Amino acid sequence: MSLLQIEGLGIDFGGLRAVHDVSFSLGAGEIVSVIGPNGAGKTTLFNMISGVYRPEHGRVRLAGEDVTGIEPHLLARRGLSRTFQNLQIFQAMTVLENAIAGHHLHEKGPVLADLLSLPSSRRRAAEAEASARMLLDRVGLGRAEAQEAGSLSYGALKRLEIARALALKPRVLLLDEPAAGCNAVETEEIDRLIAEVAAEGVAILLVEHDMKMVMRISNHIVVLDHGEKIAEGAPAKVSRDPRVIEAYLGPQVRETADAHG
Amino acid sequence: MPELMQFLLSGVTVGAVYALVALGFTIIYNASDVVNFAQGEFVMLGGMFTVFAFEAGLPLPLAALLAIIATAAIGVALNKLAIEPARGAPVVSLIIITIGASILIRGLTQIAFDKQLHRFPAFSGDAPIQIVGATMLPQSLWVIAGALAIFVGLWLFFTRTLTGRAVLATANNRIAAQLVGINTKYVMTLSFALSAAIGALAGVLVTPITLTGYDIGIALALKGFAAAMLGGMGNPKGALVGGLLLGVIEALTAGYLSSQYKDAAAFVIILAVLFAMPQGLFGRQSTDRV
Repeated sequence: MSLLQIEGLGIDFGGLRAVHDVSFSLGAGEIVSVIGPNGAGKTTLFNMISGVYRPEHGRVRLAGEDVTGIEPHLLARRGLSRTFQNLQIFQAMTVLENAIAGHHLHEKGPVLADLLSLPSSRRRAAEAEASARMLLDRVGLGRAEAQEAGSLSYGALKRLEIARALALKPRVLLLDEPAAGCNAVETEEIDRLIAEVAAEGVAILLVEHDMKMVMRISNHIVVLDHGEKIAEGAPAKVSRDPRVIEAYLGPQVRETADAHG
Repeated sequence: MPELMQFLLSGVTVGAVYALVALGFTIIYNASDVVNFAQGEFVMLGGMFTVFAFEAGLPLPLAALLAIIATAAIGVALNKLAIEPARGAPVVSLIIITIGASILIRGLTQIAFDKQLHRFPAFSGDAPIQIVGATMLPQSLWVIAGALAIFVGLWLFFTRTLTGRAVLATANNRIAAQLVGINTKYVMTLSFALSAAIGALAGVLVTPITLTGYDIGIALALKGFAAAMLGGMGNPKGALVGGLLLGVIEALTAGYLSSQYKDAAAFVIILAVLFAMPQGLFGRQSTDRV
């Protein structure tokens, strides 16, 4: 059974059809990428799936349960986690504190135990800290744990956001341009990290502009243009699809490509 | 010397009230970056509700408890009816909403109760206590103890409990807080309830000394704001120290200069703090990423 199912999702912004009738599904351990030119509606689609926008049409199902338009914190509880293209980091906290914050749901205990600093409360805090350290090591930020998050480079913040999302132990992970602003080495690291996480059985939905990365790691690609799904399938198939080439390069280039091909 | 002692004692008493108001500011500010100018109204409501419940025949502790609960409920209503629907509006707009709410609460109180000044008996009698040649009302000790207790409670809440840290996380980045599973609406509701309850407690404690009336809130909100600015907005330690300092400075101004300049002290402090060190005594340096 597919873990995340998108059925006919659509939203308009004041007459502008931002996303229209998009459907696809995502299974455990799968990496599905959503690609398309700028303004195709990729981030809007992400925002609807993750509860930031309430979709006007269609359904989102998480492991069969209808979760359409429910708030992000409730989705987090059900195992859906995401990162943002423009970063949502606790800038005033340290790197370690950011990663610990990701354990919020697992660290919950009685308030009284916290106030009195009972052993149970201290144990929960220690567990969260240990797990946070492990995740930071995993994304290569182990040495930066004491730094204030606001002082990190863009690429490092991208990885910190992934570490925090992983702290929730998600079943479905949405990554919005994880490699944007990263250099080639960092991109490869993120690449490897995503493959590892997927191998552990997490379903990953990816928006990414780095086509090499998308072609390399995706099991399945969904192509959007002007808010509509114009193609979907395996990377090799999608990259040869004339409609995809047209959407990316324009009709004229397609003619030339045809003439030469 | 007894004169100075007297000024200090009365300054600390008044300062403890300012500290309580400032502590109320701290919670809502920490959750939302909003300075709630209806905080003074919470103090007024705490006193007024207690007065009328007490005069209706309830025992004083019960009347006070009811007043605190009722004020907390009004705080929650303020959040649900005025702040939550305006979510997404700039912080300045939200602050103006709280100013509007304070005017509304004042007006309604005037209609529902009256325009008179009221008091109820002090908790432990009115016999003054002698301290190093100066006198002090037993009720002052209640006020000071109340401020200290609330300070310790809040400090533990923000540093030790997960809920307290969820409040701080919400202020820092609301979307990120939701992403890690924090119910930010609940955090806001909780912080308004807590702030209102603390304000009401201040009202209950101070009414036997200063009396209460429908319009005492504005002055208290401004003084509490000055105290919070002086100590560093958002920091419970700053609120306590700022409140006590402001109270003492006011008392000294009134004693050695003229009581007419007493209220000016708070505003001179606001200006001085804004010019010289906008982050206050204990405030965090704000760094904006560009």
